[in-house]
Amino acid sequence: MKFRDTIVSIITRFMLPFITLFGLYLIVHVHLSPGGGFSGGTVVGAGFVLLSLTYGISMQERKFSHRTSTLIESGGALIYIILGISAFIYGQPFLSNLPIFPAGTPGRLFSGGFIALLNIAIGVKVASTIVALFDSLGGEDLH
Amino acid sequence: MINLFHFVLILTLIVVVISVAKIKDLLSAVILFAVYNLIMSLLWQQMRAPDVAITEAALGAGVTTVLLVAAISKTGRLEK
Repeated sequence: MKFRDTIVSIITRFMLPFITLFGLYLIVHVHLSPGGGFSGGTVVGAGFVLLSLTYGISMQERKFSHRTSTLIESGGALIYIILGISAFIYGQPFLSNLPIFPAGTPGRLFSGGFIALLNIAIGVKVASTIVALFDSLGGEDLH
Repeated sequence: MINLFHFVLILTLIVVVISVAKIKDLLSAVILFAVYNLIMSLLWQQMRAPDVAITEAALGAGVTTVLLVAAISKTGRLEK
């Protein structure tokens, strides 16, 4: 069934950048404000689900295919583990902050070492997990 | 320390939760479940846990509803 409502498609086109931007804000400002990798990744993934519900799975397939989402999902976990293990180089325990990431001044965006990098990995994984979950549950004939 | 706003929220929460358990139409149950998640998100924010509130609003009221509606459209709408 080809369902194309004018109001829904225009509101989606207008709102989707703001939804994605809010999700990225939640991911990146993890050490300063409420939010984090999980919540921000959920918001970004919900934006992609909204795109696929409005414009059909073919539009979403062009932007973010099922194969890409499963690859990114595994890659996010891999980046997290690699960042955690890389502390072993300096003889520190797992997930210790490396000296190459400066601590910065508190309250600024570039502070807190690699917490932001870890949460970017988590957010990428959660967002692609939600997209892959929606695709595999049968997003292909839902719209 | 409970004011009127919290009282109304908790009362609505109890009513919504009982109706989710009792209702026969599964689509209505999913929509009521989204309402439950929204009220719960407001309550988390009132309990000074904005982190949990954001997660509850995005995951509970957004993604869970979409996934459950997808599951209902694959199966049947009425409870056997």
